[in-house]
Amino acid sequence: MFWDWSYTWEIMPVLAEASIVTIQATVLGFILAAVVGLLLAILRMSAKPWVSLPTAGLVEFVRSTPLLIQIFFIYFVLPEFGVTLGALTAGILALGLHYGSYCSEVYRAGLENVPRGQWEASTALNLSPYHTFRDIIIPQAIPPVVPALGNYFVALFKETPLLSAIAVLELMQTAKILGSETFRYTEPITLVGLYFLVFSLVAAALVRRLEYWVKHRWS
Amino acid sequence: MQTRGIIAVCIILAFTAGLAVASFAGFREFLPGLLQGARITVLITVLGCALAVVMAFVAAITRMYGPAPLRWLAISYIELFRGTSALVQLFWLFFVLPHFGVTLEPLTVAVVALGLNVGAYGAEVVRGAVNAVPRGQWEATIALNMSRMEALKRVILPQAVLAMIPPWGNLFIELMKATALVSLITIGDLAFRASQMNQTTYRTVEIFSIVLVFYLAIALLITVGMRALERVAARGLARGRSS
Repeated sequence: MFWDWSYTWEIMPVLAEASIVTIQATVLGFILAAVVGLLLAILRMSAKPWVSLPTAGLVEFVRSTPLLIQIFFIYFVLPEFGVTLGALTAGILALGLHYGSYCSEVYRAGLENVPRGQWEASTALNLSPYHTFRDIIIPQAIPPVVPALGNYFVALFKETPLLSAIAVLELMQTAKILGSETFRYTEPITLVGLYFLVFSLVAAALVRRLEYWVKHRWS
Repeated sequence: MQTRGIIAVCIILAFTAGLAVASFAGFREFLPGLLQGARITVLITVLGCALAVVMAFVAAITRMYGPAPLRWLAISYIELFRGTSALVQLFWLFFVLPHFGVTLEPLTVAVVALGLNVGAYGAEVVRGAVNAVPRGQWEATIALNMSRMEALKRVILPQAVLAMIPPWGNLFIELMKATALVSLITIGDLAFRASQMNQTTYRTVEIFSIVLVFYLAIALLITVGMRALERVAARGLARGRSS
């Protein structure tokens, strides 16, 4: 017997509960990523090289090292500097920073696509850099890149199982605990796989609709 | 912009390495163990990339030109591996497959899982690049009475390969980063060594900083290698066109 249905029904509620933590980590992590990404993108576009170069270096650094190590780093290293975070908080922070650096590239593409004339017009109207960004540039730069951000949302969602490495009780960790209690790994891990498959297919379909909507609304 | 980014990375790299050497007496003590881990990481990266490239070409070509049942198989492979997370796939192959009577070495599981995962993303890259070859090229092969396979092999793919090199570079780096996950299925790679040393010595800052620099160095190597490959491929294609 490869698949035990009664066991499947038994573990379903436990996994459903754990999926709340997964969704929590995804949503909070992505909000952080969206904010951090925008900040990094603006800093990277700065005309002052002592601002833009370190930012570029930071983004490249975060993008080319593994998320797992970054999670470990935040979870284990920050306490040495007196900042003790819960596992979930540390995980969300790591996800947010990692994907923030990815999102910053997306934002940058959006910002660079705003015609130069808009900047020049803002200068002519004597707008401060803050007002230029808030009222002129960002409203034009963000909508076209929303679908690309959506793709990173799905990607971030699929990375949340990494939080199991620092014992956050999300789906993967719960499935592993269930498996180690009963020595039946087939059902929990397959269910987790299915969960991710269904959600990311649905999310990908939504992103595609969003893309369609953006294209028609903004052209 | 790109070169400026790379310069900045090099600065950070040099700075961190300098910091590690200068202020951390433990550097010498940790280095041998970490180097051994790095060997495993590089091994899995290389084998995984090779598998990913093979899977990507097979899946993409089957998806585009295969007979219907095979085409569905290719589509389900691509969607399945793109839709679930790499860690779930890794655990599935590691924990669940033995229940079906297939027990693989952890190293094999790692290479297969990462190769299949990145291969699924790569299939879309290959498909995009093949579709981007101008229609006229296909029409010319028909005019020359080439079979479809012959046309792909001799006309379409050589042109498509050049366009795929940059996205493949990104995918290889993704794969390299994903190798950190194999530490969770008991393979002694860089990440595994790091958390092991961390548990025995508690010198977290030193160990993880060194490890981050290691991964960064591998990523830079991949970037530089792919740039070189792109130049070589571009030159080859240009020569093919002019003769």
